[in-house]
Amino acid sequence: MHMADALVSPAVAGTMYVLATGAAAYSVKKVREENDPKKIPVMGVMGAFVFATQMLNFTIPGTGSSGHLCGGMMLSALLGPFAGFLTMIGVLLVQCLLFADGGLLALGCNVWNMAFYGCFIGALLIWKPLMKKGASKGKIALASILGCVLTLQLGAFSVSLETLLSGVTELPFSVFVATMQPIHLAIGFVEGRITAAVLIFIHEARPELLWGVGSESTVKEGKLSFKNTVIVLAVAAAICGGIVSLFASAFPDGLEWSMENVAGTSELEAAGNAYETAAGIQETTSLLPDYAFKGSESVFGTSFSGIVGALAVVLITVGACYAFKFFKKKDSNSSLA
Amino acid sequence: MSHIEKNIRELKRLQDIQQLPGWMNSLHPLGKLLVCVIYIITVASVNKYDIVHLILMAVFPVFAFIVGELSIKDGLYRMRMILPLVAFVGIFNPLLDRTILFTIGNMGISGGVVSMFTLIIKGLFTVLSAYILIATTSIDDICYALRCIHVPKILCIVIMLIYRYFDVMAGEADRVTTAYMLRAPRQKGIHYKAWGALVGQWLLRSMDRAEVVYESMMLRGFDGDFKVKKKEICPADVIYPIAWCIVFAVIKFVL
Repeated sequence: MHMADALVSPAVAGTMYVLATGAAAYSVKKVREENDPKKIPVMGVMGAFVFATQMLNFTIPGTGSSGHLCGGMMLSALLGPFAGFLTMIGVLLVQCLLFADGGLLALGCNVWNMAFYGCFIGALLIWKPLMKKGASKGKIALASILGCVLTLQLGAFSVSLETLLSGVTELPFSVFVATMQPIHLAIGFVEGRITAAVLIFIHEARPELLWGVGSESTVKEGKLSFKNTVIVLAVAAAICGGIVSLFASAFPDGLEWSMENVAGTSELEAAGNAYETAAGIQETTSLLPDYAFKGSESVFGTSFSGIVGALAVVLITVGACYAFKFFKKKDSNSSLA
Repeated sequence: MSHIEKNIRELKRLQDIQQLPGWMNSLHPLGKLLVCVIYIITVASVNKYDIVHLILMAVFPVFAFIVGELSIKDGLYRMRMILPLVAFVGIFNPLLDRTILFTIGNMGISGGVVSMFTLIIKGLFTVLSAYILIATTSIDDICYALRCIHVPKILCIVIMLIYRYFDVMAGEADRVTTAYMLRAPRQKGIHYKAWGALVGQWLLRSMDRAEVVYESMMLRGFDGDFKVKKKEICPADVIYPIAWCIVFAVIKFVL
């Protein structure tokens, strides 16, 4: 999944560098806050370990082919997401320089596609919540497989998107995606299984080495905090709006289907000045008519509309809650009492 | 020879080339890093139909391979990693973009054919450029250059440690694979059911090794930073990046 420099335009590479640098700066800050000098050699040696394990191939059952570990999920489970992310950057840079696997210009893309999703999405949204109440074989297996499959799917989708935005291929986006996703689904599943096997072994031998595993006694009510709930909902909304919306059915919805059967048409004809004025206003003000950019049928229009729509709903809802004072500050006196 | 052995040999070969006393090797690493990055950006920004300007960009690798006395065979060998994806992305261009751009004799050359070739040439030049950097500059020097442009210290230390322990780990990976292959011959890769115990044991050994590394670093006075001797800047270190930037700008904007 390593992208080469030839596959990205400077604009896309620059954007991805900015995003990767932001994530790296935040990770550096978090690792500094931990103030654990012991962690630095561990990061280095673990980075070399992941680099070396990437050279070991595993069999993909039933296909006759083989794949290798990506390692982001495993590093995060052992070092935590922030130290794991920085280690993955090191691994990707050394790979690119020593073995030309990836490119210097595409490093931002590769960091995002392989390290960010594995370490941040995989560790913070899947591993950590599942391990909060303590680890078990089943939970480790579930977190590993779910994490590897999801993060590899996101990474593979990003590769297609970055290549398309760079304008280097004439290959239609849908064909590229349809080629990339199923392959990485199989690889993600097997990678998840072997990551699970290794982490279960570690859990049985040295459970203290696993990151983010809470003990039964330290667990409180087990509820998600408000902040975590908002983050999970925001990520889910962005994924639904940006990615799942691409696979929305082209068939009419229930109301349109009913109208089609009853009246023979799915749209009502309306006549009169009021209707024409309203239609004119709507045409002028609608930025993304029919969930697409004006005058374009690009799939990005659908993704963009999905994300913008989700964002707009959030802003309006939160704004309305503030306007109607649904969020009330806790009375400091009562809390003191 | 196994895939891992090949990689270890390639690494050792690179380390030997980096130690050679050449003019390119003695230049300041920051200048070489900047030239490499600017070259890659310039090559990547060339229009997909502009094959003439792209060919002119060959001036840098040609110069570096001659002056740096580098092996073109080694440089081209590195293309194997990126070629499958580049080929997959570019191979459909001739089928999907049939607009005739120019003719050679009676044969029309379509935009798709040109864009496929520019993609492959871009891949070649960018890989060669990174090879020129790593063949003439050690990882320690690259980390020094990264520190000069204020890349966080922790990241540079991790990169240096990964590099230092890579051959140790790769050697161990090779032994693990050989032992497995002797027990389970004619298998393509390690069966996923064997990964838990096999790689898990190795991981535990690596974690213990990290503890030992940390203790020995502490005993040698490690305080969170590697002390690297500051490199003196000579006129060639300044002229080298400036001259190449001018050449790239002339090719891109004047010719």
